[in-house]
Amino acid sequence: MSAEIKYITEPHPITGVSNAKLGIWLFLASEVMLFGALFSTYILLRVGSNHWPHGWEELNVPLATINTVVLIASSVTMVMAWASVKLNQFGKFRMYLGLTVLLALTFLVIKFFEYRPKFDHHQVWLHDGTSMRGHLTEDDDEQDYILFTRDADKEHPDVHHEAEKIERERIFRHSSFGPGHSNFFGTYFTMTGLHGLHIIGGVIVNTWLLFPGAVMFRTNRERFAGRIECAGLYWHFVDLVWIFLFPSLYLL
Amino acid sequence: MGGHGAEDIAKHVRVYVTVFAALLVLTIVTVGVAQFHLPIRTAVALAMLIALIKGSLVACYFMHLISEKSIIYWVLTLTVLFFVFLMLLPVLDVGGSTGSPL
Repeated sequence: MSAEIKYITEPHPITGVSNAKLGIWLFLASEVMLFGALFSTYILLRVGSNHWPHGWEELNVPLATINTVVLIASSVTMVMAWASVKLNQFGKFRMYLGLTVLLALTFLVIKFFEYRPKFDHHQVWLHDGTSMRGHLTEDDDEQDYILFTRDADKEHPDVHHEAEKIERERIFRHSSFGPGHSNFFGTYFTMTGLHGLHIIGGVIVNTWLLFPGAVMFRTNRERFAGRIECAGLYWHFVDLVWIFLFPSLYLL
Repeated sequence: MGGHGAEDIAKHVRVYVTVFAALLVLTIVTVGVAQFHLPIRTAVALAMLIALIKGSLVACYFMHLISEKSIIYWVLTLTVLFFVFLMLLPVLDVGGSTGSPL
């Protein structure tokens, strides 16, 4: 006995849309609440803190701006892929969906170059209440000191400091600029990290639709168009989240 | 953005390109405005206004919300109501306290 799944491509008589489309919109509604909870937490932490750095002081705005353009471009290629399926143009569909995947991978590579320096860069807080930023040159647990190279001063960017010894007993805390550095970096890595995971999810789905899944283009084009439309709705949502994340974290 | 026939799709493609250009311009505007380091309330209002316009363009044209069925609008209306409530929670919490946080 085989059960036929109805209303995959044609609209359901009650809802007026296909079940697949209603399903993806309900999923996106749950995603709004997921990111909404994180935005709400971010507002609470920021409004409730005595000091919160400006995003542009701590983060790489030029790289994030390039990533914004990359993601917007990928949304256009995604919707063009859907249009190509509707117009029965397989070659163009492959080109546009391939470009979407490439742009998504570009976004992730840029994100890697944005993240990596945060883990190489350190801040040291001393018991006397001062702190300094720079790079850990040596941090051997056997030694009672660390070797630390301060960043160049903003007023004299060409003057580089020599590595200096800091006795451990003077150190209150030291940390890289990773998620554990502060509430700001914890929020930044959580929100951009979750968004990055969504990008990876989109790459997996779109790559499947580009290669093995594309067989359906020839066997059942209308159903395939529905799949591309649903994948597209998800992808545009990921773009939409970034449109709000970018100014919230980087520009304010 | 009515039908999904071949002619309609060709029209859609022209709209997608226009929306893409608008999104690029708005990205430049939002980064440009941030360079002025405006007071935080003004900066937040401007940044969110531009993000809202950009988001609406993506939702209306790329996600075809401009010509969607009413069931989708109902789902999204409910979502927006819950989302707004979530955003107001911190305001209610912070607004109910006095002095600086510890």
